[in-house]
Amino acid sequence: MALLQISEPGQSTAPHQHRLAVGIDLGTTNSLVATVRSGKAETLADAEGQHTLPSVVHYLSDGSCEVGYAALDAATTDPQNTIVSVKRMMGRGLDDIHASGHNLPYEFIQTDSAVPRLKTAAGEFSAMEISADILKVLKQRAEQSLGGELKGVVITVPAYFDDAQRQATKDAATLAGLNVMRLLNEPTAAAVAYGLDHGAEGVHVIYDLGGGTFDVSILRLNKGVFEVLATAGDSALGGDDLDKVVAEWIMQQAGIADDAGHHQMRRLMRDARAAKEALTDSDSSGIKLELDDGSHWQGSLTREQFNQLVEPLIKKTLAPCRRTIRDAGLTLDEISEVVMVGGSTRVPRVREMVGEFFKTEPLVDIDPDKVVAIGAAIQADVLVGNKPDDDLLLLDVLPLSLGLETMGGLMEKVINRNTPIPVSRAQDFTTFKDGQTAMAIHVIQGERELIDDNRSLARFELRGIPAMVAGAARIRVTFQVDADGLLSVSAREETSGVESSIQVKPSYGLTDDEITTMLQASMSHAQEDVDARTLREHQVEADRVLEAINSAIAEDGEALLSAEERVLIETTISELQQSRDGTDSRTIKHAIDALDKATANYAQRRMDVSINKAMAGHKVEEFEV
Amino acid sequence: MQVDFSQNHFQIFALHVSFEIDLDALSQRYRELQRAVHPDKFASGTDQERRIAVQRTAQVNEAYDTLKQPLNRARYLLQLNGININDETDTTVDMDFLMQQMEMREQLAEIREQDDPEGALFDLSQTIQKRSNAIVDALRAQFTDINAESLEQARENVRKLQFMVKLQQEADQLDEELAELI
Repeated sequence: MALLQISEPGQSTAPHQHRLAVGIDLGTTNSLVATVRSGKAETLADAEGQHTLPSVVHYLSDGSCEVGYAALDAATTDPQNTIVSVKRMMGRGLDDIHASGHNLPYEFIQTDSAVPRLKTAAGEFSAMEISADILKVLKQRAEQSLGGELKGVVITVPAYFDDAQRQATKDAATLAGLNVMRLLNEPTAAAVAYGLDHGAEGVHVIYDLGGGTFDVSILRLNKGVFEVLATAGDSALGGDDLDKVVAEWIMQQAGIADDAGHHQMRRLMRDARAAKEALTDSDSSGIKLELDDGSHWQGSLTREQFNQLVEPLIKKTLAPCRRTIRDAGLTLDEISEVVMVGGSTRVPRVREMVGEFFKTEPLVDIDPDKVVAIGAAIQADVLVGNKPDDDLLLLDVLPLSLGLETMGGLMEKVINRNTPIPVSRAQDFTTFKDGQTAMAIHVIQGERELIDDNRSLARFELRGIPAMVAGAARIRVTFQVDADGLLSVSAREETSGVESSIQVKPSYGLTDDEITTMLQASMSHAQEDVDARTLREHQVEADRVLEAINSAIAEDGEALLSAEERVLIETTISELQQSRDGTDSRTIKHAIDALDKATANYAQRRMDVSINKAMAGHKVEEFEV
Repeated sequence: MQVDFSQNHFQIFALHVSFEIDLDALSQRYRELQRAVHPDKFASGTDQERRIAVQRTAQVNEAYDTLKQPLNRARYLLQLNGININDETDTTVDMDFLMQQMEMREQLAEIREQDDPEGALFDLSQTIQKRSNAIVDALRAQFTDINAESLEQARENVRKLQFMVKLQQEADQLDEELAELI
């Protein structure tokens, strides 16, 4: 019988050593970073004691950038180089951005890559790079205040984000040098923070109206399991849009032309937002406006007028609410509570209308700005392994249906919205013409029948199909969505075995090469830096694998492995240990792959054991078929 | 009991193979299984463990989805009994039923022209629901005492229920479109 192993000092982390992990709320207007310290989740402040970081980046001609409060003032004085609400541009093409109805002061450049870039004084940047600049500031803040390197982060995204927007967020995190353990849906994060704090059980609605996005999710809370039953929303509707209707009203009142300059527009938006915020507590708000010609305009907006202006927008949020209730198969009286999240839920009329719709007083006693980051921090703490015995489990769903283009420009759905994820589903298709040897596969996301009304995610081709009569080939297309809501697609011709697969890189996403180039560009001694970084990444991965395998063997290696298997695994472990201490990242990678292979059956067996354990209490009587 | 993933969905949930199913027990066990297999439980594990976890969770989700809905459950039971229903070609020939379907489809198509479209749609949805429930009741009886004849009847009812579910989906779609008009 093999002996138990004891690792060398400093080589393996002790089982309960606290690992640094944070949750990040990457918002349209503001961003936050939070962590769990001494069992308590809290947001982290900067050196000045500010917790929120305005999601604003100001690019300067010396190539540097300012982020947050430092950049806020520049939004009105240097609009072209100051990017606000970049989240609205994530995973979007130029056409989408222009169609949004927001008049943006930026100069866009369409390059060979499908990703639009913004021209600034410091150079040209994609939305992912700009978001990465915000993330870098939060990363630095966290590492300074926690005193060490972050092992992993959980980043929140609107539940209604599609595949392209999710992938863009993940790419931004990669550019910022963060290890993303999970993309977590914002309403789910809010439910975690709220539910754990209040010890809530039952069915809860999370109504999340942020700066630029709207989500509504219905969750069932049951002993630490947060099960999303349905979600819906609008990834381009939020506080920004409330500000915009107020700004338009002011323009009308003050006689400002539609083609006012960008400085004027930014000031207008700022004043409109100030008026909106003032109307939360008072019945009317005075507005003083400096016009481009130096003159001033003065007026006032009453709460009643404001309510009339924003009501159509609030109504737009109620249709998704209705949809989630139907998709969840619930009636209104089955809902225990409605929780309000996001800064825009401070608007009294929003609270009133949501309350009327759900026929219940919505809960507003939690800080709507911080709750998402707090929930993400709690999840990050669990995922990084600080709470091995925690009950917390988040079960999420796919927000928008996924499908393929079929003849006539129609969408054939393969996975319906609100299907629990991870999910894997296959559908068979066939050829249209005699002798057809290739098939174009067009992956779509959305609910409409016509593909043009939905979002095009990716296109790829399956070639080498043997020539057959039309309808004889059987092409099985398999969609797999992981826990982050990210899709991969593979296609296989069943009679010949011809295969093709892609990790769906959305049409407006960055390629792996582009990410590498951007990473290199951001480092001073490009090649050496990248090599050092790659080595470091492989070492970290090796440590993680070694730790996981060693603890698995300590737990059940005795029971699940034969003597020979164990000898083989242990040999592979020591090979990995050796190469990990060397400096060749490729050798480390090979050793990790070798260990992966050696432990494949063992990992399957462990999973089966844990499934059996889960069902052990339930007795199945006889089997009837 | 050994859970074998190559075996059937009922076994995964430690349930009898039966049309009659305890939905509370199903969702309770669903959560327990998720605790055992969900990839988040392997966040600090190896890539391999996470890959397996994603596959297993997808299987559990698939099984849950099949057992939860009466239509999927009935189709699956037929499949276990060697009867596969092909969506495209397998259709009912019950003329009375088809007439009734046509009438309901006409009603659905004319909803937009009604004085109170939402009210009319609600009434139609209720009718669809009531008729679907009657089919599900019939299926329950047919799957209780399985023989060649009852399976054939169940197959016919699954085809009919398919029509109903599709009609209900279209009604829901219309309801969504009406709501967006407000």
